[in-house]
Amino acid sequence: MKVLRILLASLTALRRNVMRSALTTLGIVIGVGAVIAMMEIGNGSSAEIQKSISSMGANTLMIFPGAAASAGVSFGAGSTMSLTPGDSDAILNECPSVRASAPVVRARSAPVIFSNKNWVPNEIIGTTSDYLAIRAWTVGEGAEFEDSDVRKASRVCLIGQSIVRELFPGQSAVGQEVRLQNVSLRVVGVLAKKGASMMGRDQDDTLIAPWTTIKFRVSGATTANVAATAPAAGTSTATPRGQLYPGSARGLYPSRSAVQTKNSPMPVRMITVDQIVVSAISAAETKDATDEITSLLRERHHIAAGDVEDFNIRDMAEISKVLSSTTEMMTKLLLVVAMISLIVGGVGIMNIMLVSVTERTKEIGLRMAVGARAADILRQFLTESVMLCLAGGAMGIGLGRGTSYLVTKILHWPTLPSLGAIIASVVVSASVGIIFGYYPAWKASRLDPIEALRYE
Amino acid sequence: MNLIELRDIRKTFYLGEVVLPVLKGITLNIAKGERVALTGVSGSGKSTLMNTLGCLDRPTAGEYLLDGEDVTRLSNNARAMMRNQKMGFVFQNFNLLARTTALAQVMLPLLYGRQHISLKEAKQRATTMLDRLGLADRMDHHPSQLSGGQQQRVALARALINNPPLLLADEPTGNLDSNTTREVLALFKQLNDQDGITILIVTHDPHVAAVCKRVIRMADGLIETDEIQTEGLT
Repeated sequence: MKVLRILLASLTALRRNVMRSALTTLGIVIGVGAVIAMMEIGNGSSAEIQKSISSMGANTLMIFPGAAASAGVSFGAGSTMSLTPGDSDAILNECPSVRASAPVVRARSAPVIFSNKNWVPNEIIGTTSDYLAIRAWTVGEGAEFEDSDVRKASRVCLIGQSIVRELFPGQSAVGQEVRLQNVSLRVVGVLAKKGASMMGRDQDDTLIAPWTTIKFRVSGATTANVAATAPAAGTSTATPRGQLYPGSARGLYPSRSAVQTKNSPMPVRMITVDQIVVSAISAAETKDATDEITSLLRERHHIAAGDVEDFNIRDMAEISKVLSSTTEMMTKLLLVVAMISLIVGGVGIMNIMLVSVTERTKEIGLRMAVGARAADILRQFLTESVMLCLAGGAMGIGLGRGTSYLVTKILHWPTLPSLGAIIASVVVSASVGIIFGYYPAWKASRLDPIEALRYE
Repeated sequence: MNLIELRDIRKTFYLGEVVLPVLKGITLNIAKGERVALTGVSGSGKSTLMNTLGCLDRPTAGEYLLDGEDVTRLSNNARAMMRNQKMGFVFQNFNLLARTTALAQVMLPLLYGRQHISLKEAKQRATTMLDRLGLADRMDHHPSQLSGGQQQRVALARALINNPPLLLADEPTGNLDSNTTREVLALFKQLNDQDGITILIVTHDPHVAAVCKRVIRMADGLIETDEIQTEGLT
C-alpha cells in the first residue's frame, strides 16, 4: 500500500467525524500554542531581564593598578600608579570586545561649597564623558561635559541628586558655580537619580568632572592617594609621581628635603590615573574583553612573559552569576510548562483514539475481512493520530504566535519570536502523535476479525 | 476441479476449564461454479465453518485446501491476502462504513490488494462494478441514503471488485424484505450462472436454500445431510 493511499484513507476517516477530530486536535492546538506563546513571552522577558541586569554593570570591567611592594612589604592593590589615560584610549581602539573605556581619577573627599552651604560628597570622580555611558547613567538636567572640556581641563562638573538636594534646595543647580578645594567649577548638568548601589552606598552623592580638571586643578598638590607608594615611606615625604619603575624600592631621584620640594616642584613625567572602567559589548563578552585588555596592557607596560602584571582587572562576577542563573531558571520554567501542556494534549489524543478504536471495531473487522493486514490497520491508525497532531501543531503555532502578538500589543510585554520553539513543537507534536497513538493503533491491529465483525 | 477441499476439519474452543468442540470432523468438497446453501439450527457450527472457510479463523485440526493451497498453514498476512484475492464476503447487516460513499466502499478491497492500482483505475473499476449491479446513480450516496437492497448490492459490489472465485454470504437476506430478497437472490443466481462464481450461502430461510442446487445441513458440528436438489429450483 502506498503512502499516499494511507494518507488518503486516514484523511477520509478523519473527515468522517469532523467534530471529534477537531476536539481531539484541540488538546494539541492548546498544548503547542501554549508552548510557543510561553517560549516567545519567556524569551522576551528573559531578554528584558538580561538587559536590565546588564545595566547594573554585568558587562563592566574595572582595571586597577597593581600592588607596590617595598622590601617585601606589599602595599596592596592600587598602590602603584601604572595606568595612564593612553592605556584607556588604547583599550578602546585596539580591543574589539570593548564598547567604551574611560579613565577615572579620584580626589580625596573635600567639601563642595555653594554660597553659604557646604557638603562633602561621597565620591569625587574625574573622568571623561564616556563614563556615564559605561555606568548606564544619564544626565537629568543640563548636559554632559565634552571631550574638549577634558582636553582643556575646563572648570566644569556634573553633580548627583543628593548634592543638589543639600546645596541647591528649591532651585536649579545648572549654571551655578560651586567650589571644590578652592577651585571654582561650573555645574553643567545634574545627573539622573540612580539610587543606592548594591552595597548601600548612595550613588547620587557624586561629583563628576573632567579627569584633567580633578587631577591638575583640584588634587594637584594633594596626591594623597599615591602617598603610600613613596619609597621608604617612613623616611621621606617626597612625591614620586614620576616614578619610572613602579614597585621598585628606589626612587629615580635622590630624596629631597621639604624645603627643596617646595622650592622646585618635580615636573610631571608620566600622567597616571587611578582606575580605568571599561564596558564590554555584552555581558557574555566580558571574558574576551578581559583577555584582550590583559595582553594589550602587558605589551604597553613592557611586562615580560611570566612576570607579574602591574594591574588588576575585575569584573562583576556576582552580577554575572545572577544573570546566568536567572536565564537558566527561565529556560527550565518554560521547559516544564511546555512538557505539561504537551503531555496533557497527548493524553487527550490517546483517549480519543482509544474511543475511536472501540467505536470503529466493526470497521476494523470489515477492513480485515476484505484483506487488510494487522500492519495496515496499525499504520492507518498511527497515521490518523500523527495527522491529528501535526494539524494541531500547525494550528498551535498560529495560536501561539497570535497570542504572543496580542500580549505584545495589549499588555506591552516584550516577546521574542523563537524559530527553535516552532521547530521543536512540530517535532514534538509528531512524536506525541506516534507515542500516544501507538497503543490505540496496536490495540486496533490486534483485534480478532470475527469478534470485530460481530461487535455491536 | 474442487475449489474447496475440507479434510476432517475440527475446531475446539477452550473456555477456561470447559472444552467445547464445535466442529467435529468435517470433510467436504465444493467444486468450482457450485451454488451451495449451508443450513442448520443455531449452534450447529455453521458460522464457525463459515469463518474457517473465510480464512478468518484457523481450525484446530484438519486440512483446508482453497484453490489447491493449504490455507491452514499460511501466516496471518498471507491469509489476509487470500481474503483479498480469493473471496468476497456478504454479511447479514451489510457492514458498510458509515458516512462513506458507495464508490469508496467498493474501492476498499483494492486498497489492500497485492498489486498497485492507481486511484484512477480503482475508481474506474468500482464504477463499472456498481454500474453492473444497477447502482450507477447511487455512487456518491452514503449508506444511510440507501435502501436495504441497495446497501446489500453495494456490499456485493465490494465483495466482487477483486473478481474472486468464491463468494461467501452470511444470511445475506436476513435483513431484507421479500421483494428485495428475491432481487438479491436473482443477482446471486446470475453471478453464479453467468460468471461462474462459486457461491456459499449460510441461511435459515428455506426460500433462499431453495435457489441453491446443493444444500448442506449441519447439526451438532457435523454434516447431517448433503443433497443435490434436482427439482423445484426457482
